[in-house]
Amino acid sequence: MKKKEFVQGIKDGFPICLGYFSVSMAFGLRAVLLGMPVWSAVAISLFNLTSAGQFAGLNILVAQGTMVELALTTLIINMRYFLMSLSVSQKVHSGMKMLHRLAVSYGITDEIFAVSMQYKSDLTGAYMAGLILTPVLGWTGGTLFGAVAASFMPSALTNAMGIALYGMFIAIIIPPAREQKSVLVTVVMAIVASLGFTYLPVLKNLSGGWAIIVITLLVSGIAAWLFPIDVPAEDADVLGDQCVQENVETEVKCQ
Amino acid sequence: MNTGYIILGIAVMALTTYFIRMLPMAIFRKKITNVRIRSFLYYVPYAVLAAMTFPAIFSSTGTTGSAVAGCVAAVILAYLKKGLLTVAVGAAAVVFVVQMLGF
Repeated sequence: MKKKEFVQGIKDGFPICLGYFSVSMAFGLRAVLLGMPVWSAVAISLFNLTSAGQFAGLNILVAQGTMVELALTTLIINMRYFLMSLSVSQKVHSGMKMLHRLAVSYGITDEIFAVSMQYKSDLTGAYMAGLILTPVLGWTGGTLFGAVAASFMPSALTNAMGIALYGMFIAIIIPPAREQKSVLVTVVMAIVASLGFTYLPVLKNLSGGWAIIVITLLVSGIAAWLFPIDVPAEDADVLGDQCVQENVETEVKCQ
Repeated sequence: MNTGYIILGIAVMALTTYFIRMLPMAIFRKKITNVRIRSFLYYVPYAVLAAMTFPAIFSSTGTTGSAVAGCVAAVILAYLKKGLLTVAVGAAAVVFVVQMLGF
């Protein structure tokens, strides 16, 4: 059972891995062009596993900025992960060990979060391990490749790969928006708000990291107020919950 | 560049990011039962992903024309309920072709 979930996670993580490879290639290339050693670009990718956050961090490092500046910028750009992690904390299997929770936390990125929210049952450590492993390989591998070889890639190819992750986001939001009016309204409100924070005077002065947080709080709040959902706190799927127990006996029972 | 400075910088970035991700997972170990909060969390993925995609997608490929074409392709494929990989690769393929055509 655990092995099956792990393999499923690996499979679900594969599209993320592909998208990450292209984006992190750009990161690796940029880091080296700015004078950072190859190992440091790979280390930043491996230990941070963020896109916008580490691009901003790279710029500060290159400019020899202070550690306070680095920490604050990282905090603001990555604060949205707090909301994502909160959502994930409600979807992980209730019996997940603390150590596993702490390990899963490392891998909560925009994309891994998005895919995990699509998973049909409670999230288990085995599934999350697979879902995090493939993207991490893609992200660090792409950084390494970009740092040593990306300058040889044709630009039409790297440009084309730039849209991959957004394509994935669209694949996640459109199907439920088609079925549920509440999701459609949420998506439209978020797009309108995002356009406002990008182009309107005053609003556009807010940094991208804060804008995403404000939009998420505002739009999800309005949607929750307009369309409260009545899903029970505990899933009725009791057998599914038992299958995740660590010991071998339960595992056998489940099969 | 000073190696010590780089290592310290990477540690600061990594720890800041990790704490943001770890705190909710460590604190909220019980399922929240409040309907309002559960509803709020239900809509978070859609709000955050839609806001992150638009309008950023239009400047993701180097040229606006190819990005618009790729976006339209992604929306159509997603509307037809194709999988994540199909939509992602399909959008990238359209961008590639459009760029080859010179847009």
